[in-house]
Amino acid sequence: MTENNVQAVPVDDSVGRDRAPHAGARTSRSGALVNWVMGRGTAMPAIVSLIAIALFFQWRSQYFLSPTNLGNLAVQITLVAIIAMGEVVVLLLGEIDLSLGSLVGVTAAILGVLMANYGLPWYLAVPIMILCGAGFGAFQGAWISLLGIPSFVVTLAGLMAFLGLQLWILGPQGTMSVFDPTIAAITGTTLPAVASWALAAGLVAAILGSTVAAIARRRRSARALALPLILSALALVVTALFNASRGVPTAFLLLLAMLAVGWWITERTVPGRHLFAVGGNAEASRRAGLPVSKIRLLAFTASGMLAAVGGLFAVSYNGSAGTLTGGGTLLLEAIGAAVIGGTSLIGGRGTMWSALLGALIMGGVSNGLDLMEADQPVKYMVQGAIVLFAVSLDTILRRRQSRGRQPGGARG
Amino acid sequence: MVELTKWYGSVQALDSVGLTIAYGEVVALVGDNGAGKSSLINCIGGVLEPDSGAIQVDGHDVVMGSVRDANELGICTVHQDSTLADNLSAVENLFLGREVTRGFGPFRRVDAAAMRKRTQETIARLGISTIADVGTRVGQLSGGQRQSVAVGRTMLDDFGIVLLDEPTTGLSVGACARVMDAVRALRARGAAVLIVSQNIDEVFDVADRIVVLHLGRLAAEFRRSEVTPEDVLAAVMGMTLR
Repeated sequence: MTENNVQAVPVDDSVGRDRAPHAGARTSRSGALVNWVMGRGTAMPAIVSLIAIALFFQWRSQYFLSPTNLGNLAVQITLVAIIAMGEVVVLLLGEIDLSLGSLVGVTAAILGVLMANYGLPWYLAVPIMILCGAGFGAFQGAWISLLGIPSFVVTLAGLMAFLGLQLWILGPQGTMSVFDPTIAAITGTTLPAVASWALAAGLVAAILGSTVAAIARRRRSARALALPLILSALALVVTALFNASRGVPTAFLLLLAMLAVGWWITERTVPGRHLFAVGGNAEASRRAGLPVSKIRLLAFTASGMLAAVGGLFAVSYNGSAGTLTGGGTLLLEAIGAAVIGGTSLIGGRGTMWSALLGALIMGGVSNGLDLMEADQPVKYMVQGAIVLFAVSLDTILRRRQSRGRQPGGARG
Repeated sequence: MVELTKWYGSVQALDSVGLTIAYGEVVALVGDNGAGKSSLINCIGGVLEPDSGAIQVDGHDVVMGSVRDANELGICTVHQDSTLADNLSAVENLFLGREVTRGFGPFRRVDAAAMRKRTQETIARLGISTIADVGTRVGQLSGGQRQSVAVGRTMLDDFGIVLLDEPTTGLSVGACARVMDAVRALRARGAAVLIVSQNIDEVFDVADRIVVLHLGRLAAEFRRSEVTPEDVLAAVMGMTLR
């Protein structure tokens, strides 16, 4: 995480001009709590909200935290989470992609036609659809990065045009059924219990092993063990919960793998760090010699590619590609999920994991209301309220955290 | 080293400005607002492309299409309006665009520990900063500290040519002094430094030569030892001298 809420107050003789903000210096008890929560990273408000939602629905309906329901929820959220990942990539740049829903639909239609009409095997059809998604994303990225047209406009045009393309590809019949055991297995199978426990054990060993090694080499302090311990415990508890019912869903596992790769790329590689830099200050990035246009182009290519992966999951889940695939509130739920998870709309702040957290919150609320037998109108209104509430909470906490800092204290 | 002309639409910002800087020399660029100082810096730093003229480095003509090209020729610029990404740490800003990496192929990753170590070494060596923790986000730093980070960018690699566009604007006396110390350190290391400044005292404090621009033209050029601040001010205001 890039959040470095450093407690040490820098001393500088230019302090008289603009004070370095030291939020902890004169705060009340509630202020200290705010600092503690926000100091754990951008995702903390989302984690707190998620726990509150889980407890609420468990209180109202004792099935919410049951292994069977959690297994369903884990599969239900994958599509929104994958689209939210694509959204996080472009949001980090301070851009937005409104076309991802339509891209899910059009790439699903391409997969449907390739497999149903042309009889292509999955190992040819899937790479082609993923390449198409990346190509559509790159096409939009080119207008945004090379011609400087706002992403809102380009992807709004994409939203409409790709929906048209989707309907045109599907033709008059409207739905392409895809009967393929491999495609269906993505969202329809679970891992055998032994395999899932082996995987969980391997994960825990890797997480704890690398941290202990880092501590032994004195690169990190012993306190760095806290988060890996929590994550390890979480991995074991989740594995046990899933295995108490049908087992760990393959789709959820694939989602976690994609999130881990996405997190590694954005946090640990040079192009990933450049996403944050361009999102934080594009002009500074240009003057530092970063290839800003290329970074924007790559980001939209990646979001298009993720939309195609979403299309694959949608086809797998529905067993077909139809006119409604990728439509409805999918795009807005994905944007909502990214933002609820703590990714900023103005760029430069966020993490891949916010896609998962946000999707869990959106999906959890929807699932919980279903258990309470709430109607669709109520579900929409509650989801809307949750988006507003979560983002307001994040904004208010952030403002309180940086209170005492003069406006304009940071130039540029 | 340079002989440049730059137009913005119908406005000529630079009119055949010729300038040479030697290694191990600090040249101050002074002039009134709109004299063309920033345009000249941006042309040499690869931010703008001149409309005509040539830039020579070590006697060879060079063409720079981007800041990266300029960096590869050993030219580094610190801009007037601080060019830092507030959401990144001091270390990340220092190394922005030239991150230290380890690993191989697609597994090449940013080596945060190495960058941190080099930042601390650089800061300690030059004594240019009062930043307690180099992992602090730049948005949380004071103006002086931010400028230290911006100037620090020129210190990490051994850039031969360093361009500073009003590096001390808005800084406290102490912070200015540290920037000036950094300029002297650059000169001692053998770098060619071009510094834009509105502060005549500062110019006389650090520069070996003083070049005056007036309305996009080279108005005067002095050796510091041979002039008084009054002579320079007169040239800045466009009065003819001697």
